[in-house]
Amino acid sequence: MQIYLPIAEVSVNAFLILGLGGLVGILSGMFGVGGGFLLTPLLFMIGIPPAVAVATGTNQIVASSISGVLAHFRRRTVDLRMGTVLLIGGLLGAAIGVQVFSVLRDLGQVDLLVNLCYVLFLAVIGGLMFVESLNAIRRARAAGPAARTVRRQRNWIHALPFKMKFRASGLYISVIPPLAVGLLVGVLAAIMGVGGGFIMVPAMIYLLGMPTKVVIGTSLFQIIFVTAFTTLLHAMTNYTVDMVLAVLLLVGGVIGAQFGTRIGTRLKAEQLRILLATMVLLMCGKLALDLLLEPSELYSIGVGGPG
Amino acid sequence: MIRAILLLLSIALPARAEEIVADLSQDRVSISTSFDGSEILIFGAIRRDAPRNFDTKMAILITVAGPREDVAVRRKDRVMGIWVNADSVEMEGVPSFYAVASSRPIAEALSPEEDLRWRITTRRALSAPGGARMARKDPDFLNALVRVNTDAGAYTTSEDAVDLREGTLFSTKIALPAALTEGNYTTRIYLTQDGRVTDSYATALYVQKVGLERWLYVLAHEQPLIYGCLSLFIAVAAGWGASAIFRYTRL
Repeated sequence: MQIYLPIAEVSVNAFLILGLGGLVGILSGMFGVGGGFLLTPLLFMIGIPPAVAVATGTNQIVASSISGVLAHFRRRTVDLRMGTVLLIGGLLGAAIGVQVFSVLRDLGQVDLLVNLCYVLFLAVIGGLMFVESLNAIRRARAAGPAARTVRRQRNWIHALPFKMKFRASGLYISVIPPLAVGLLVGVLAAIMGVGGGFIMVPAMIYLLGMPTKVVIGTSLFQIIFVTAFTTLLHAMTNYTVDMVLAVLLLVGGVIGAQFGTRIGTRLKAEQLRILLATMVLLMCGKLALDLLLEPSELYSIGVGGPG
Repeated sequence: MIRAILLLLSIALPARAEEIVADLSQDRVSISTSFDGSEILIFGAIRRDAPRNFDTKMAILITVAGPREDVAVRRKDRVMGIWVNADSVEMEGVPSFYAVASSRPIAEALSPEEDLRWRITTRRALSAPGGARMARKDPDFLNALVRVNTDAGAYTTSEDAVDLREGTLFSTKIALPAALTEGNYTTRIYLTQDGRVTDSYATALYVQKVGLERWLYVLAHEQPLIYGCLSLFIAVAAGWGASAIFRYTRL
């Protein structure tokens, strides 16, 4: 069934879009990532103009994140306090990121920078997670269940001032690291057009030392607000949010997110992380190949004007 | 309106021996939610004051041009091992859609000089004065524009696609792709004798979004804040709704 999208001005297969939304929804529920880093490139591939894909993608992430976060709320796996601290940093970062983005666009080459950002971050995060999860699994196998006690190391992070109690995470740390993580994620989210979950989840686990179960719900909570903010910004400045496309994506997405959350609770934390790491690395490899291999068509047509 | 002016113009011109009379199967294309491309039938006849001259080779050429837009054509180059957009040329007034159909191979139907004058083939329509304006003359970029648009189905050239009967009645079908831009499309019909254009006829085709498509498009551009909030509201409602439904079904 073909559907004509009023803003994107292309006709697409409705079931293909529903399926894409569903796939990304499952990932969103399972890993607490918005799925933007997968959804946006996939939308490019089926011929949606990049500007529309980015803007509409953020709207879809709002829906799937809400669906996911509600499921986590019922399971009490959301650290509201931590989420709020991250969010303050995130909104600040998004505002900075939008400025950085427009400066880069004036310089040209914004596409390249976005792609390089993706490759770099996906490679580092994917690689780290993969190695760490593999080690964890190996350790668990070698030593049996007894070795699975969590030993949190005390490092420089615990020496910082402005300490705050995050009961749901079982942490008593300074607010500076979560604020900084939120800020960084906000900047990157605005530049890369994603929710930023794939950066935030590992940062929360490895940098802040939060338990994996709480990380996902908290990340979703923060993503809702950052992506809602971005959607409004895109709708008001670029008129690139396609409501018809968004509705199709989110019908698939919200259903997918519910299934994803259920699958996520059945898997072990290490398995969850190794799956996410594999996916991150695959997407990174694809983007890297696009940059390294000679494209079959060297020319492309874009809208007029600088950028 | 345009048609009326053209009609007046054609009346004002001195009488010719052969004259095109033509029409479209529809003068309006509506883009609704289920729009998946369309096909327009262009048909007509050649009115003659004198018997047909069989010594010359006659042909019919039909073009359909979409609304003009400004584009930037970019070329990738290898810089330090990675492929980046290195060079670009801005072009103004590039038609978003261009179709050419002819009753015999274009090389026979149209001489290069006449093509240059009337700007009929895709290359000429783009490069001649009055066509697209390039910020920098570079044939590579113009070729690329034509090639990329042809691959995307936005530019088509169909030789022998016009059905010409008894040298008098002609008809052709032009397929409009699913990814159609809104605006006024111009259909031009040329009659040639031995490659020389002896008569031409033009008519307009209006492509417009209707219903929900129109409403959303207008809202997005005129009330962006309301549109953005509505998008968010739908997202929130859908996310919450799915969560609630799943809770009930699971119990």
